[in-house]
Amino acid sequence: MDQMKTIKVNAIKNGTVIDHITAGKVLKVIEILNLADDSSVMIGMNLNSKKIGKKDILKIENRELSKNEVNSIALIAPKATLIIIKDFEVDSKASLELQEHIEEHIICPNPQCITNLESINSKFRIIQNTDVTARCVYCEKKYLLDDLKIKI
Amino acid sequence: MKNLISMRDLKPEEIYHLLSVTEKIEKGEIIPDMQRKLAALLFFEPSTRTMFSFDTAMKRMNGDTIIMSGTKNTSAKKGESFADTLQTIAQYSDIIIMRSPTEGAARFASEVVEIPIVNAGDGANQHPTQALLDLYSILKTQGTLKNLKIGLAGDLRFGRTIHSLTQAMSLFGAEFKFISPSFLQMPDYIKDDLTLQNVKFDEIREMNGNISDLDILYVTRIQKERFADPEDYEKVKGSYVLNRDMLSHVKDNFKVLHPLPRVDEINTDVDNTKYAYYFSQAKNGVYTRQAIISILLGEV
Repeated sequence: MDQMKTIKVNAIKNGTVIDHITAGKVLKVIEILNLADDSSVMIGMNLNSKKIGKKDILKIENRELSKNEVNSIALIAPKATLIIIKDFEVDSKASLELQEHIEEHIICPNPQCITNLESINSKFRIIQNTDVTARCVYCEKKYLLDDLKIKI
Repeated sequence: MKNLISMRDLKPEEIYHLLSVTEKIEKGEIIPDMQRKLAALLFFEPSTRTMFSFDTAMKRMNGDTIIMSGTKNTSAKKGESFADTLQTIAQYSDIIIMRSPTEGAARFASEVVEIPIVNAGDGANQHPTQALLDLYSILKTQGTLKNLKIGLAGDLRFGRTIHSLTQAMSLFGAEFKFISPSFLQMPDYIKDDLTLQNVKFDEIREMNGNISDLDILYVTRIQKERFADPEDYEKVKGSYVLNRDMLSHVKDNFKVLHPLPRVDEINTDVDNTKYAYYFSQAKNGVYTRQAIISILLGEV
């Protein structure tokens, strides 16, 4: 199985691998990371995963992510694993954690919300029940995480 | 309690404390003294009733008010940021009581200034002082807040009063009947919260024949402007008008509440029955707001 994965998505020398991205979300991750620059990027989509059924995977050469970027990715792929690669070896590996309080990264969809009318940062509280939802601290509207626009 | 922004922030024991202070103020057992205290009433959206109620509350405690109503002639018109307006007003006053069409405005204000903020309504979001005066009215008429059956009728979609009251009463084991036309029904985000809290509720389209098991019927106005087609309004409006004939089978403890202003959703023939409570409810608003201001300013 490991060999199959290697064939599907090549190894990188230095950089970051984001594994266990919720299937179908890798393009969104690319958008968040603004990868339309010189980075070499490898994408795997709809791969089988023991952990989450179907997954996407993203490998980015010579790039480490900022804390802000990691927090934004956790919002759309809360089960993802972040792997730092140095000289073809795994240097560190960590599961992403969805924080309970999220500042800045979500745009409140409510046009009457003060965060859309004054120049202030949004604040959301994440609620994990059957569905993962986010409640705006200001206008108090609650949304499914999947329905929200994420920014960094 | 440093500010009063949303009913979501209040625990049942804080609500009981506030209602107990309200009762003591009404009975004259506590006489808060607000001499030399100044409340800034910032009403960025028109209101007469709520503004007068706060103004009366402050003046009955020997306090004073400065009032800004609407955004005409304000610094906002000159391009001043909302945060700067608030910080300036906070230099003049001891407490800010504000209404805004912008949802979350009061929460933001509480982050910007050091003095207490009272939310007197923010868009379609919250109106906690109305919810608290409603709770006081319910407690006074029923002797308890626990396990009551409450009907909410009219515009349940846009009514912030309704949303705040539903959240508050759900803390006390209430069961609800939501009586409204389908497109003015209770929003999903409120119903989802109730489901998560195992609160029972029914959604009903007719008022008549559905009120005999209620302890409280809370009526709100259905605004004609909400309807795209005036004919649709004419078709449904009769289903949400309460009249004296409909009260023949109600419970003895039954009371009708309304946040006012009333238009024609409660027929005036209800006013002289023992079930009408809406004008006493308005009076309770002054006591409740006296209690809120006194607690926030540390005077009780």
